[in-house]
Amino acid sequence: MGQQMIPVEELIKSQKQPGFKYTPEDAPTEDYRDILFQLEKEGELEVIRVPEPYVEVTTKYGRKKKIPLEHTWHHKSCGQCGHIPGYSTSIFWLHRQFGFDYVDPSDQTSCTAWNYYASATSNAEAQVAVAVRNFAAAHETGRFPLIHCGTSFGHYKEVRHELLHHHDLRRKVRDIMERLGKKLVFPEEIVHYSEWVYAMRDKIAERQVIDMSHIVASVHPACHYHKLVEEDAIYDPEIYGAQRTAIVTGTLKALGIQIGEYSSWYDCCGFGFRHILVSRDFSRSFAVQRKIEVMKEEANPDIVVTHDTGCVTTLDQSQFAGKAHGKKVGIPVMSDSQIAALAMGAHPYKVLQLHWHNTENRPFLEKLGIDPDEKWREFEEALEKLKSGEKQYLTWEDADA
Amino acid sequence: MNNVVDINSIPLDLTGEKYKDVPYEEKERLFQEVKADERFHDVLYGCYECGVCVASCPSARFYDFSPRVIAQAVSREDVELIYTLMNDSIWDCSQCFSCDRCPRGNSPGGLITIMREVAVRNGLETAKEALEGYGRIIYKIMSTGTQVSPDMLQPNAFPDWGHHVNEIADNLDLWRRALPPETLHTVETGWSVSEKTIIELYLIWHMTGVMDMIKEIDEGLFMILQDVMEERLEDAGYDVTFDE
Repeated sequence: MGQQMIPVEELIKSQKQPGFKYTPEDAPTEDYRDILFQLEKEGELEVIRVPEPYVEVTTKYGRKKKIPLEHTWHHKSCGQCGHIPGYSTSIFWLHRQFGFDYVDPSDQTSCTAWNYYASATSNAEAQVAVAVRNFAAAHETGRFPLIHCGTSFGHYKEVRHELLHHHDLRRKVRDIMERLGKKLVFPEEIVHYSEWVYAMRDKIAERQVIDMSHIVASVHPACHYHKLVEEDAIYDPEIYGAQRTAIVTGTLKALGIQIGEYSSWYDCCGFGFRHILVSRDFSRSFAVQRKIEVMKEEANPDIVVTHDTGCVTTLDQSQFAGKAHGKKVGIPVMSDSQIAALAMGAHPYKVLQLHWHNTENRPFLEKLGIDPDEKWREFEEALEKLKSGEKQYLTWEDADA
Repeated sequence: MNNVVDINSIPLDLTGEKYKDVPYEEKERLFQEVKADERFHDVLYGCYECGVCVASCPSARFYDFSPRVIAQAVSREDVELIYTLMNDSIWDCSQCFSCDRCPRGNSPGGLITIMREVAVRNGLETAKEALEGYGRIIYKIMSTGTQVSPDMLQPNAFPDWGHHVNEIADNLDLWRRALPPETLHTVETGWSVSEKTIIELYLIWHMTGVMDMIKEIDEGLFMILQDVMEERLEDAGYDVTFDE
């Protein structure tokens, strides 16, 4: 008789360990690092090593993945920087709080994958060339790429597969890089910023100044993080018995936050790439009906926490129309980087830049003992200095003043 | 009683009637182009018809859309059906890759990516329709290296996001200056991208033939992009033309 199967919901309810054992030797997918280093030996490409110090985390099939803590080159996100800039600001703020060396480059382009998944107006060769150009730019600074966007993270893993398995593609991209005066390089690991936050979760918790133990958060794991090339997403037997990715949830638990479970956790947010720009009726309907309303009915969380550009945008912005139609909405949406920064005392407007978000988040701040009126007044004071010409920009020092 | 059905009023016609006037050879040619893509054998291994992909598909909940039908049609090499799907189904996909949980290791989403690329490269009218209104995004990403910019947050572009878009638009320059990271003070791009980087990106577009695809899908957009890119490349010392 075979081993009895236990539904994951029962595991979550019981809080028991499932006796789950990783068997990396039985993993159904190849270990990309074996191929990367073999190609390097053959002179086909150069591997960018994960610099020390790093933390080793466990991925879906029990392999270890190195997460660099510093000496990182921040591969920014189009949507974060363009429309929710407190997202990336919080990532940088966290690095600065720990005194970590990093580069915020202007020698970086978008991965262009949002456009590619939306319109297909590109091709494999261009996609790989854009990726390798960015990685080469990172390598030239002596830093390791840290990817802010979930779609860039997933897409670069697809690119890695194509580059490792298609000799002709490598040759074409090598030729393009030569024309640009660059080497064909590829990082040892593709690392998402939320993996850095996860790797740093205990150190962040040590410096936590805002109690969050009375907060309930529902987590939306980003599709392009754990579904698109699934084998190097973080899994942990102590989080959902390693039956779901531990990303975000592990971080929130370390901060003492209660997790509000809901049945449609696997569903996407409704972003749709093309849809969010030109067929937004789909994005709105999906985000409200399959995500926010389900969370509200089943968990009634204080906040939704996720870790990708499109997910924060869609889940947050779609609630306005939902409210107009009398739907059960009204849950603020933030990234794990914003929550981690808030826990460590970051300013909600100078650092988290919550005024770029849509759904009302003031009750959430009040529940944390933060006075949003007072914080907004402080932000307006800083704005006055910019308006009067006393200062041209808000600085990091201003943000912590 | 009139029993005549207007085939164009049916969202997805699987009978083949709608495209019966398109020569079979043309449909076959496009399918062969899909098969010739070097990623094709990484995304399709056969199909159990288990429906796991449909169960997890967001688009299947809101559209007459099925990743299983697409994987099946391509597995069976049903050229007529593939042509119909390439016109009237693939643009509904959300590209979330929830369907990658397929027990056979298929990636219907990845297959759709390839089919979309072929549709664009061949200038199918349905691809043009699907991307109607999307040209400004292509312009932004190809010419600036960032996909969305702060100045896109205008009330007329996002009326369904409510009043806060007006507030952002009204305060845009000031609020961008109130961002501590130095690269984020931009308004027309997501972050500041150096001139050298942009030139390298334009050279990639040139060497990989991406502009040929833009020409197929939107001639006007092609001409605008051509002007912008060729001028900046010339200023940087490159004699490059996109219209060869």
